[in-house]
Amino acid sequence: MSFSIPYLLSVITFLPLLGAVAVLLVPNDAGKRWTALGVSLLTFFISLLLLVGWQDGEAGMQFVENVPWLPAYGLHYALGVDGISLWLVLLTTLLMPIAIYFSNLFVHDEIGPYLALMLALQTSMVGVFVALDMVLFFLFFEFSLIPMYFLIGRWGGQNRLYAAVKFFLYTFTGSALMLVGILAVIGATGTANIAELQGVQLGPNLQTWAFLAFAIALAVKVPIFPLHTWLPDAHVQAPTAGSIILAGVLLKMGTYGYVRFALPLFPDAAARFGPYIAILAVIGILYGALVALVQKDVKSLVAYSSVAHLGFVMLGIFALNEQGISGAVLQMVNHGLSTGALFLMVGLLYERRHTRMLDDFGGLWKSVPIFCGFFLVVAMSSAGLPGLNGFVGEFTILLGMFETQPIFTVLGALGVILAAWYLLTAFRKIAQGPITNPANEAANLPDLSFKEIAMVLPLVILFFIIGLFPNLFFDKINPSVEALTAQMAQRESAVVYQLDAAEMGAYTQEPEAQH
Amino acid sequence: MTSVNPYLALSAIIFLIGAAGVLTRRNALIIFMCVEMMLNSVNLTLVALSYQWGNLNGHIFVFMIMAVAAAEVAVGLAILIAHQRHTNSTNIDDINLLKW
Amino acid sequence: MFDLAWLLFILPAVGVLINLFLGDRMEKLLIGLIASVAVGMSFVIGVMLFVNLLTLPVDARSVTVHLWDWITVGTFSVGASLLLDPLSLTMVLVVTGVGTLIHIYSIAYMEDDERFQRYFIYLNFFIFAMLILVLSDNFLGMFVGWEGVGLASFLLIGFWFDRKDDMYGWYADAGKKAFLVNRIGDFGMIVAMAMIWTTVGTLNFIGVNDAAHHQEFTTAAVNVVCLLLLLGATGKSAQIPLYVWLPDAMAGPTPVSALIHAATMVTAGIYMIARTHGLWYEAAFASMTAATIGALTAFFAASIALVQTDLKKILAYSTISQLGYMLLGVGVGVYGAAIFHLTTHAFFKALLFLAAGSVMHATHGVLDIRRLGGMRDKMPTTSWTFLIGAAALAGLIPFSGFFSKDAILLGALAKAPLLYIIGLAAALMTAFYSFRMFFVTFMGKPRDRELYDHLHESPPLMTVPLWILAGLAIIAGVINLPFVLSMEKFLEPALGAHDAPSLTLEMLALLLSLVVGLFGIVMAYSRYRTQENWVTRMAAPFKPLEPWLQNAYYVDEFYMRFIVNPLRRAATWMADVFDKKIIDGLVNGIGSVTMDLGGWTRSLQNGRIPTYALSLFIGVVAVVIYFIFIG
Repeated sequence: MSFSIPYLLSVITFLPLLGAVAVLLVPNDAGKRWTALGVSLLTFFISLLLLVGWQDGEAGMQFVENVPWLPAYGLHYALGVDGISLWLVLLTTLLMPIAIYFSNLFVHDEIGPYLALMLALQTSMVGVFVALDMVLFFLFFEFSLIPMYFLIGRWGGQNRLYAAVKFFLYTFTGSALMLVGILAVIGATGTANIAELQGVQLGPNLQTWAFLAFAIALAVKVPIFPLHTWLPDAHVQAPTAGSIILAGVLLKMGTYGYVRFALPLFPDAAARFGPYIAILAVIGILYGALVALVQKDVKSLVAYSSVAHLGFVMLGIFALNEQGISGAVLQMVNHGLSTGALFLMVGLLYERRHTRMLDDFGGLWKSVPIFCGFFLVVAMSSAGLPGLNGFVGEFTILLGMFETQPIFTVLGALGVILAAWYLLTAFRKIAQGPITNPANEAANLPDLSFKEIAMVLPLVILFFIIGLFPNLFFDKINPSVEALTAQMAQRESAVVYQLDAAEMGAYTQEPEAQH
Repeated sequence: MTSVNPYLALSAIIFLIGAAGVLTRRNALIIFMCVEMMLNSVNLTLVALSYQWGNLNGHIFVFMIMAVAAAEVAVGLAILIAHQRHTNSTNIDDINLLKW
Repeated sequence: MFDLAWLLFILPAVGVLINLFLGDRMEKLLIGLIASVAVGMSFVIGVMLFVNLLTLPVDARSVTVHLWDWITVGTFSVGASLLLDPLSLTMVLVVTGVGTLIHIYSIAYMEDDERFQRYFIYLNFFIFAMLILVLSDNFLGMFVGWEGVGLASFLLIGFWFDRKDDMYGWYADAGKKAFLVNRIGDFGMIVAMAMIWTTVGTLNFIGVNDAAHHQEFTTAAVNVVCLLLLLGATGKSAQIPLYVWLPDAMAGPTPVSALIHAATMVTAGIYMIARTHGLWYEAAFASMTAATIGALTAFFAASIALVQTDLKKILAYSTISQLGYMLLGVGVGVYGAAIFHLTTHAFFKALLFLAAGSVMHATHGVLDIRRLGGMRDKMPTTSWTFLIGAAALAGLIPFSGFFSKDAILLGALAKAPLLYIIGLAAALMTAFYSFRMFFVTFMGKPRDRELYDHLHESPPLMTVPLWILAGLAIIAGVINLPFVLSMEKFLEPALGAHDAPSLTLEMLALLLSLVVGLFGIVMAYSRYRTQENWVTRMAAPFKPLEPWLQNAYYVDEFYMRFIVNPLRRAATWMADVFDKKIIDGLVNGIGSVTMDLGGWTRSLQNGRIPTYALSLFIGVVAVVIYFIFIG
């Protein structure tokens, strides 16, 4: 490494938590706002050091930290990033300052605890992406529920308690299964370290059951049809910043879990169940898009569009080849940016008009042209217009899936038509047509201010950068994904040890020395 | 060497009296006393058996139990007094806050 | 020199950026000037590149300019690269040449519009996207332009997004419809690209054409790929079954109709097929399908144009019909002829639209030919140029349309005589409706006196482009005169050579076209100028068809009724019943069952200490009994 900062990942992970404490200690509201924004910005700039110190072409984990935690149980405090998690970490650290700045501008109710929860949430999200120990991962994974629960339940809309509880229980039920899966894997192998587990071969029975446990838990988080119904409720009720983070990052924990655990640990089971998950993903793409089409609340429209987009990501992951998985990893980032930006735009609109019903708008392009211009770009990015970010991910995913199973590509590509349909419908109803409601006149509706543009602009610039120069991103994603697929291919051909004892906790095989 | 059986029998009787008192009485103070009786009957058993087997483990347990009993009484009486001040009664039928 | 090819599309992009960020503070004229100059400079560079290409030996006339690696994932790799060859540069010249004229025309035409700045931003963006479309050396890069022009088209059709009228409904809806129908075609493109890459491992045009040439596709595969591409082409080039968006697209400003929906964007499908001719050579079935669709579209669209009364609608159906000819051309394998017709059509159809725009400018938006008439006296330039355009469209010798249309029909005659006959019938109708437009609008007596009194000729900014285009519409036929200046020969490095049909066949086709064209004009003259009733009598058997023609065979209604509405109903059911009642019902059901169970067990906890003590006691006794007697 050209230069190194000790414990860089720990700093990125826990700085926000310290910031949360600081926010609570700072006396007045203005101080709290500046502290939170400052901490999140600082975290973002520190996280950029990951790019500076990045070793190109390296497939394995970088910036590794490993301290024994409960050595008796094989647990370590182990952190590290590779090409798969790098961009998700950066996505998190980028979206957080934006979400916090939005909250600073528009949230006036008990801002201190609100910002502290946001920052605590950031710690858990970054933690999920950098944890190399399964139990540590699980810890962060679960911890993320708590701040989000309070953010929705305390600062949410009309029906916030129902949404918060639904969000919590839905996800938590799944997680319980995952804990069982994690314990089974640890029991069978004696290690919880993800890097060590990459080389371990598990018996077919254990693979099947543990895969199912992981798959169902993560499916709730993603969410995969038909486990998605918590999402629209949570999104519609959550405060805008919560929606941005929820769509932008939290959902990625699920898809990331598939890439990080489900594929490398249980490759045979993944290959076996892949087609079924792909079917659900395709249903999700079409179903999410069609349901989005008839929504009257624009936030719930965007929420259902997430179901469709995440369907694409799942489709890519279970293409089980390089194009599919790399595309899926990039698409996770794309979805975070596009949907995050969409929620941001909806939030900006809501703060002006205090309604989200499509029928209340119309003709805004006349009164707020800057807003509508940005909205159009964001919608097009989400609809996968070539030249912007969404297309690169979607296309590589469809390409990867075509090699594996062409029919899924054909059906998935239908989703591209529907995506344009619902997004243009939203655009048509909001921006075009005549102004029918006096509240939408230019005199009553201020256009975006510089502060607001400052929030949207970084995202829009990234749309173009990813759309035009996706290789800046693929260069770092590819080696890790290549290693993953190579390892899966090798495993499928290798003899799988028939170890019935595996389920009873016998340690099966030495980790291979390749790490 | 005398038999320990009479002591065990006595302790069983005291224990049952105490148990019956706990279950049937309504006054919290009496219930406390009955609990003490049950504990002391156990102490008696421990001492007797300790004597029979000729080691001191039983005695040590007795001291342990006495210490716990004292602590328990201290806490219990404190709660009771607080409750009595609050409701002016020591009848445990009035106390059903455990439901919540 | 070729390294500077990126300037071609960067210049319009710079125009977009300047007008976007600085346009607020600029005069309207300056905005229009910047936009026009940006495109004009592109045209100049295009000409320079074209000349440079001509200096190269014939078999070296295919230059790839690599800009950067765009997407690389594993074995999939696609570059942002440009392909400069006769085909792409011909397209560049057409796009930027016609584009420049229309930009200049628009300065005057849009003068009074409040969103003048936005208009030129969109227009420059369109040129930018269109140039990417024609210059890319691979499918994916072309697709960027392909969707980019779709977006530009969406924005420009719905340019007056707050307007509505009886003919188009909300203009914004027309734009949305155009984008969505095009997306259906794009679906075909995406799947086709995935299939091509999976089969031959490249998306590069030259590579794919070579691979097809070396039989790397199975016959079935290449046909499937081509049918999927055809779906894309029918979307973009407005062919059956996806043509329905183009008539509605006329809601946009007229110069936009001229540039996007007549001269350039709609020809992208034809360009794409010509570009991938290597695939189509191998795909006999798909080629025949394309030719059939083309011929049928040419025929049906022309028949609809016969009875329309709105000038722009007639021109729209005429465009669909002419695009049908081009598709017929590429379908029967005469790619050069199709591109030739594409070029001449760009000139004369842009001319017709701009002339119609000039009329509209004078009448303040009235284009119903039943209210116009006798405009020749007041608008001589417009009338003359319109007449030239109509003559070219009708295929009158020596106007350009005659040569290009004839080249396509000749190809059809050699390959599929039946389609030739359909094409010839469409040519008859074309000649008829072309001159119906002209006679009714410009000749005779004015029908609406008040409208007539306010007529005036358009300003020079509008008439000069008209004259230039009129000149091109007359002489463009020359570029493919056999033995003189053969465009088809010139395009051969890009499109491959094909056997010329025999001279007798050529003469026969030439003669038939001429006769049919003239007959159509005579019919129009007799019907609308001298009011002779033999035409009406001849048309009498077809009278019952009239409502069908006026309503464009009810295709829109059919789509609404059998595709759009059922989908919407299904979506509503999914959202309101399946999602809310079934899935969420299950979820909430699990929740309430748990709550009920909790409520029931809770009643056991009555909070009375003796109860707890008793249960404790019973428990202890039970355990003791268990250990003594059972355990």
